[in-house]
Amino acid sequence: MASVAIDTAHPPRRGIPIARLVLFALLGLFALVYLLPFFIMVITSLKSLDEIRTGNLLSLPRDPTLQPWIEAWGKACIGVTCEGINGYFWNSVRMAVPAVTLSTLIGALNGYVVTKWRFPGADLIFALILFGCFIPFQIVLIPMARVLGLIGLASSTSGLILVHVIYGLCFTTLYFRNFYMAFPDELVKAAMIDGAGFFKIFFRILLPNSLPIIVVTVIWQFTNIWNDFLFGASFTGGGSQPITVALNNLVNSSTGVKEYNVHMAAAIIAALPTLAVYVLAGRYFVRGLMAGAVKG
Amino acid sequence: MPSLSIRNVVKSYGSHEILKNINIDIGDGEFLVLVGPSGCGKSTLLSMIAGLDTITGGEIAIDNHVVNDLHPKDRDIAMVFQSYALYPNMTVAENIGFGLEMRGVPKAEREAAIMRVAKQLQIEQMLKRKPSQLSGGQRQRVAMGRALVRDPKIFLFDEPLSNLDAKLRVEMRTEIKKLHQRLGTTIVYVTHDQIEAMTLATRIAIMKLGVLQQLGTPKEVYETPANTFVATFIGSPSMNLIPARLEGVDGRPMVRVANENENAGRPILLPLFRPSRDQEKLVGRDVLLGLRPEAIGDFTGSDPMPPHLERVSTPVEVTEPTGPDTLAVLMWGGKEVTARLRPDTDATPGRPANFLVDMSKAVIFDRETERRVA
Repeated sequence: MASVAIDTAHPPRRGIPIARLVLFALLGLFALVYLLPFFIMVITSLKSLDEIRTGNLLSLPRDPTLQPWIEAWGKACIGVTCEGINGYFWNSVRMAVPAVTLSTLIGALNGYVVTKWRFPGADLIFALILFGCFIPFQIVLIPMARVLGLIGLASSTSGLILVHVIYGLCFTTLYFRNFYMAFPDELVKAAMIDGAGFFKIFFRILLPNSLPIIVVTVIWQFTNIWNDFLFGASFTGGGSQPITVALNNLVNSSTGVKEYNVHMAAAIIAALPTLAVYVLAGRYFVRGLMAGAVKG
Repeated sequence: MPSLSIRNVVKSYGSHEILKNINIDIGDGEFLVLVGPSGCGKSTLLSMIAGLDTITGGEIAIDNHVVNDLHPKDRDIAMVFQSYALYPNMTVAENIGFGLEMRGVPKAEREAAIMRVAKQLQIEQMLKRKPSQLSGGQRQRVAMGRALVRDPKIFLFDEPLSNLDAKLRVEMRTEIKKLHQRLGTTIVYVTHDQIEAMTLATRIAIMKLGVLQQLGTPKEVYETPANTFVATFIGSPSMNLIPARLEGVDGRPMVRVANENENAGRPILLPLFRPSRDQEKLVGRDVLLGLRPEAIGDFTGSDPMPPHLERVSTPVEVTEPTGPDTLAVLMWGGKEVTARLRPDTDATPGRPANFLVDMSKAVIFDRETERRVA
């Protein structure tokens, strides 16, 4: 936005000032630093093992091959089974999609209640929920394992979904609460007089006007849940593990040669969904983060 | 049968009372305006009628049916909010129809009702648009449409015109008045603008700090304000409140106002017009003489003068031509007094001029209690 203002103030004809040049150079450098590892991952995943062993880390593949990708997806050995990571990829999808949906929806509902249906102690409840944001993963591991055992969800995808929903609620509630604070009370009152009830107001009035904050929450939750390793490693076993755990097991398999190209391909596959979410929803992200700050 | 009764209504937050024992009764088809400075509790009272705020004490009845514990949707009311409160995700048509939809009115019937209201408000060509694509005045119309379509017993308006620019505000004011005349429904309208109150209301309730100061027709509150607050709040320029003393001269009660200009020592003596018992009892006491600017006019030499008119000669401090009339500032009893003169008046600043005071329009207030003595 600032650059637009500058452009209109000074016609572009006047040439690039030195400060801008430095700025762009610095930005370019940082972008390079961030992109270099990804670049190496991509080119390594397209090389054969021989080429990796003999060639330079930064050189482009002489003879590009998709074989490592095929192997990573369908044939690589994780533990004792050699069926690739595709099963674990779908595990992660089966876990992340419901977990993100549920935590976002419940967070929105919480935010709605603590802002629009104020009750005595609402602030205290919100403060307690907020407190959850500061609890590190490690602290909840053992109590959570015990609870999952008691309710019979140990080592299952449903159990992992439950863990992520509960852990994510603090953040999603915070986001929606702040967004709904700026949401005009008069709309809720108008809907009440129009005869809409608690859920009608939520689903017909609040939620359809929450797109920016929904996008922010979904990106945040999806990234966290998809990338989570600790909960996945602790609360699942065998076939129900998420892709992050499978990736670790693939890379740490100690038998045979290290197939770097396959590992790189698997790592990129594991990272693709979060990348996709960012690219598709990214432009709403910045907009959404600012939406709560300035009313209207 | 009264359409809306507010009986001994109290609202308090903790020990803080923000509405004190309010009593208002209005009949079917009346246009009640709640007016007062900010913080007087007028909006809270409206919210309580709507059911959006709880009632601490007393009761509110609509058509003799106590609604204290009734949900807003069951009170048969519709409300127009200051911010219009249009649902941004819905089209104009959906906004207007939402209340009907929530009440389970069938789609065909709903659409007919929306069309009827849209025609009434001349917004037919905007039905497909979203609120963000409308101007302030158009949003205002849609907000009114949303209330109209339900055909409720009582319409509630919460400062509906305060977000519009001056020109549009006057237009919409007329439109609301026309609407009321056409539909004849009961309206409760909150504003802080006394002109809106005077032009729209059939009855005005003036409030201050949670206390109802006066309930009356526009004519009543304008001509016989209950106290000095009402006297100065209603009318622009506001009523002159002149420190004076009641004296008995030749058995007639006279208002004596110190005339402190060059010809000091010659006080203004104005006989009370048809003095009442209570007014006569005030002889010998300090009072406040209330005179509207238009009660002090240019002197026109008619002979003999009607008994309620008195001639006063006093210097002019400042003149302020406004177009339709010229305001002159005089100095009476140590206070600035505004007179409303003809635009072609002879009065010039710094020179004495003759004025005609209409004592039939004069109001006497007790100096201590600041209440009107009738």
